[in-house]
Amino acid sequence: MASSPASYRPSSDMMAITVIVAVLAAVPVVASLVGDPFLVKIATRVVVFAIAAVALNLVLGFGGLVSLMHAGLFGIGGYVVAILAFHADDSSRLFDLFPGTTELSIGLPLAMLVAGAAAAVMGLVSLRTSGVYFIMITLAFNQMLYYFFVALQQYGGEDGLQIMSDLTLFGHAAIGRMSFYYGCLVALALVLVVVQRLINSRFGMVLRASSQNERRLTAIGIAPLRYRLTAFALSGAIAGLAGALLAAGQQFISPAEMSWVRSGDLVVMCVLGGMARVWGPVLGAAVFLVLEIVLSGWSTHWQLAFGLLIILVVVSLRGGLIDLLHLVGRRGASR
Amino acid sequence: MKIASIALASLLLLSASASAEEPVKIGFISTFSGPSGQLGQELLDGFNLGIKSVGGKLGGRTVEVIKGDDQAKPDVGRQLADKMIESDRVQIITGINFSNVMLAVAKPVLDSGAFIFSVNAGPSQYAGKLCNAHYFNESFQNDTLPEAMGLYLNSKQAKRVYLMAPNYPAGKDFLAGFKRTFKGQIAGEVYTAFGQLDYAAEIAQLRAAKPDAVFFFYPGGMGINFVKQYAQAGLTKEVKLYGPSFSLDQTVLPGMGDAAIGAYASAFWTEDFDNPASKKFVADFEAAYGRVPSPNAANAYDGARILDAALTSIGGKIEDKAAFRKALENVKFDSVRGHFRFNTNHYPIQDSYLAEIVKDAKGRPTMKKLELIKADQADSYASQCNMAAQ
Amino acid sequence: MDVALFTEQLLNGVQLGVQLFLMAAGLTLVFGIMNMINLTHGSLYMIGAFVAAALFGHTGSFLLALVIAVPATALAGALLEAAVLRHFYHRGHLDQVLVTFGLILVLNEIVKMIWGAVPVPLPVPQLLSGSVTLFADVTYPSFRLAILGVGAVVALGLYAVVAHTRIGMWVRAGASNRDIASAMGVNVELIFSLVFAAGAALAGLAGIMAGPINAVQVGMGEPVLILALVVTVIGGVGSIKGAFIAALMIGVVDTFGRVLLPPALGSMMIFMLMAVILAWRPRGLFPVHG
Repeated sequence: MASSPASYRPSSDMMAITVIVAVLAAVPVVASLVGDPFLVKIATRVVVFAIAAVALNLVLGFGGLVSLMHAGLFGIGGYVVAILAFHADDSSRLFDLFPGTTELSIGLPLAMLVAGAAAAVMGLVSLRTSGVYFIMITLAFNQMLYYFFVALQQYGGEDGLQIMSDLTLFGHAAIGRMSFYYGCLVALALVLVVVQRLINSRFGMVLRASSQNERRLTAIGIAPLRYRLTAFALSGAIAGLAGALLAAGQQFISPAEMSWVRSGDLVVMCVLGGMARVWGPVLGAAVFLVLEIVLSGWSTHWQLAFGLLIILVVVSLRGGLIDLLHLVGRRGASR
Repeated sequence: MKIASIALASLLLLSASASAEEPVKIGFISTFSGPSGQLGQELLDGFNLGIKSVGGKLGGRTVEVIKGDDQAKPDVGRQLADKMIESDRVQIITGINFSNVMLAVAKPVLDSGAFIFSVNAGPSQYAGKLCNAHYFNESFQNDTLPEAMGLYLNSKQAKRVYLMAPNYPAGKDFLAGFKRTFKGQIAGEVYTAFGQLDYAAEIAQLRAAKPDAVFFFYPGGMGINFVKQYAQAGLTKEVKLYGPSFSLDQTVLPGMGDAAIGAYASAFWTEDFDNPASKKFVADFEAAYGRVPSPNAANAYDGARILDAALTSIGGKIEDKAAFRKALENVKFDSVRGHFRFNTNHYPIQDSYLAEIVKDAKGRPTMKKLELIKADQADSYASQCNMAAQ
Repeated sequence: MDVALFTEQLLNGVQLGVQLFLMAAGLTLVFGIMNMINLTHGSLYMIGAFVAAALFGHTGSFLLALVIAVPATALAGALLEAAVLRHFYHRGHLDQVLVTFGLILVLNEIVKMIWGAVPVPLPVPQLLSGSVTLFADVTYPSFRLAILGVGAVVALGLYAVVAHTRIGMWVRAGASNRDIASAMGVNVELIFSLVFAAGAALAGLAGIMAGPINAVQVGMGEPVLILALVVTVIGGVGSIKGAFIAALMIGVVDTFGRVLLPPALGSMMIFMLMAVILAWRPRGLFPVHG
């Protein structure tokens, strides 16, 4: 593990992904050994947010696009699953046309499709801008999505929407503690592998190059917009998947999950874990969420410590936790 | 999995044999950080003082209150509830102040067999169709105080009333409650964005509509802004403000200052209630925390005393859920609110009063009780609740 | 809507716009000159209001509170700049957003530790507590009129300083090209510090003026910060003129949107406006950098 953060070694990525997934897969075993089933719930939350953070990092870490609308896209995915279940529950029809469903094999792909389409449309407008303007226009879109769902009184408005009936996957109960956790973990593994393959393909190289030197790309006849837009839509679809899993797991979704602060949290997860690697945000999500639990149980002024931590990471750990791993790895090797 | 089931079985055995020794475990989930962070503290302070007032124990058993900060985020609240149920094995979840957090938390908690005992949030869903054997709310249902104010303004023969609230479900509940009882004309009904800061535009529209009275519901900082700006527009004397006590209690009155003087609130409790329980509560609260308590703190204080009375009547055996439920349904205790009992839907039946905002001896704005509006007031959703089906 | 009501709503819109301009002026200069996204601008707004409220509590004089709290906020801003933010001028926008986001959390908690979570009273000064009859049917709160006046004076003053003085020339030079400016012998470091302190003073002033209208409480800066960011970006980063026009536009559109449209659409209006303007002009209405 002594490679420098800048160089790409797909094989070491695959190894890291394998290790991460294996560690996460062992959590339920540990939980039953120490007799604390709640550990599985924490791990589920980590996996779900890790999917969203990996999605964001596709455009943030590899495309250099600081998007603050990913909480909104995340929420869209959640609402797709919840609204379908809502209509299945009272056997009414969506837009007076489509029946609802509690079947996740329909709900999850649809959540990805709708969130991906929303990302594509809003991305088309946002990607005309760059730098600060891009950050701000994505913030504006996030606020628009937020207020849109607040306005949907039929689906609970500000109070949010409960999923009252049991969700299924291919006809089997889907939200049992273990089955749901491993389901989410499979989704994370798939997302990691797909994104890793993608950024090491020609598409990924163009995307990465576009964040470093747009002019050179244009000079050799590649228009970066198409690549960015595709990445943005894909990123939105994966974020939608994460939101759908959150809603399914907690049987609830509300606009509060879509606030711009949540978008900021996702960015912090990416930076904290390290943006240079596909799997960095997984570390970030885990540390972020565990710290949130530990610190908030400790003092009401925990946000002071949290704020200082964010500042510390930005000041002294610019490659995120990945850098820390490298540091530890190097010291271990030299001993 | 085998190890897990053995561990679980031994734990069950343990808890069955040691029930009298084990503390009663209560999960207190509320908002302690961020802009609304003060409400959680207000509720917890009242709840802790309530436990202290009955000797630090509930039904003769020691109590462990596990505090959790939901940060006003439903998913964080849900996670805390999971932790408290699964890791800490609490028997009761209480303290929740936002109805969206309650909606995220209630189903999994009730599914697990634990009790929800709300000292604040009271969504109408759980008062009506979703009412549940293990769900109790001892504070209020959103619609009831506005219904009381509607009755009062009928008695004052107010003809045209202007309504204002934030555009979210509780805001709609409050105005719907008012319209259910008020018989006069609605001069205007305005919903503003949740968290709006400046109400100048809406106040200008209000002035142009020339109503006899204004009924408003704005919790927290929104209420402070609205009332101050209303006073600055010079309308306080011309058109009186009426609201439920949550818009005019001690969590906001210090921020409003003189602007709130002369406004009217409908309330189940005010700081100057003259029953002994209430007098002791106010004195103890000021001595302990150095501030005047709000009705929210009073509700939480009552909540702890309800739990104590119910548990005492069954010898502290909270593990017998059916008996605990019965004990709560028939609970008798000294409420700071005077009359109190649970309705069939596990929401309160209590008296509502009119209060005016005046300055106390130290020049602080407080609520002053004027007259009884309605005795034994129940909410309007109880008829939709079929508790027998539970 | 009759003429009197229309006039009153127009005044409300302009008054909101003026308040936003006080915030946006500092943001846009710091953006434009240091190329720095400073999310702590909302915290300075909060600090100004809290310091003024505390001073008012002790002295009972709004004017005295105002006169001391504005320079106090400038000082707080200067300290913040020297201690932390200065080290981030050369970093990317992402690092700047994160550091200042972290600082928001820290400053909010510090203010909460000092003054508590309960809103602190800051009433309208006695002299301005009434309403003024402007003409015929239009009466308007004196204090809001005072905000309008202060905002207009500050806008004119800023314009005069930036357009017609030597310091203003340096500021403009710094905003359009930092390297050339420093090659011409402009002390860029000093200019940065001055501009930052001036921006902080304006944010503090905005917070103090908003105090008697809104609640003085922890977190009061964030909603205003978002609106001010919208104004800054619509106007074009670094442009005082752009910020002024955009602030008035947002104030008026927001006010009439709220009154005339259903509530959900009303609260989306300014964000839709921003998306449309940026789609049409990706660098805002009055772009400064070439």
